[in-house]
Amino acid sequence: MITIKYFASLRTIAEKEEDSLDIENPITIDQLSDIISKTAPKMGAIIREKKVMISVNQEMASADTIIHDGDEVAFLPPFSGGAK
Amino acid sequence: MSTTTDSKVRIQLEDFSVTDEIEAMKKVSRNIGGITTFLGTGREMSKGENITKLNFEHYPKMAEKKLEEIRVQSIKDFGIIDMSIIHRIGPIDIGENIVLIVAVGEHRAETFKACEWAIAELKRTTPIWKRETTSTGEVWVQDTP
Repeated sequence: MITIKYFASLRTIAEKEEDSLDIENPITIDQLSDIISKTAPKMGAIIREKKVMISVNQEMASADTIIHDGDEVAFLPPFSGGAK
Repeated sequence: MSTTTDSKVRIQLEDFSVTDEIEAMKKVSRNIGGITTFLGTGREMSKGENITKLNFEHYPKMAEKKLEEIRVQSIKDFGIIDMSIIHRIGPIDIGENIVLIVAVGEHRAETFKACEWAIAELKRTTPIWKRETTSTGEVWVQDTP
């Protein structure tokens, strides 16, 4: 099972903070976005259009990063911490 | 979320004392000759709108990890003696402290450079998000370079 986390503005779009998904074999981020698109098309489109950053186990990832059982995937909108 | 005050990298709900944080860093070495600080605070106006409240959210563990990477890289690249980085999360009122960076070194030049790089890098790489509340509603800020 993988854990999927949504932060900040993406939480509203995904309509959830966290999700989990059973995978039989390792999949890529691209494949995960296809799975997400089936139930949440708007979220899937945002991922495919690269409007968000993605991390796997708290490390930045890319479309071809492979996700394994037990991994934590997070979708991260553009950061805005700090101060101008 | 770390609440220990002896850690040099912290993300916390509660406010911090700039004086206490500087004093703590002065104890790191007797060779410190220059200290540069950056303090970010809650601003009332944003894009012509009055902000009534700010709220910060972070990705626990990853955000702390990124701040520690920035600290280590600052020491390595700029030759400073040490650096502390504290960022608050949760609701923050106008005028309140948000983020503090304290860079300590033998001389001022490297601490100025390290401090400026560190805040820019924090904004670029650290998963922390700001939500502004104005009279027209709430918005997640996504375009602050």
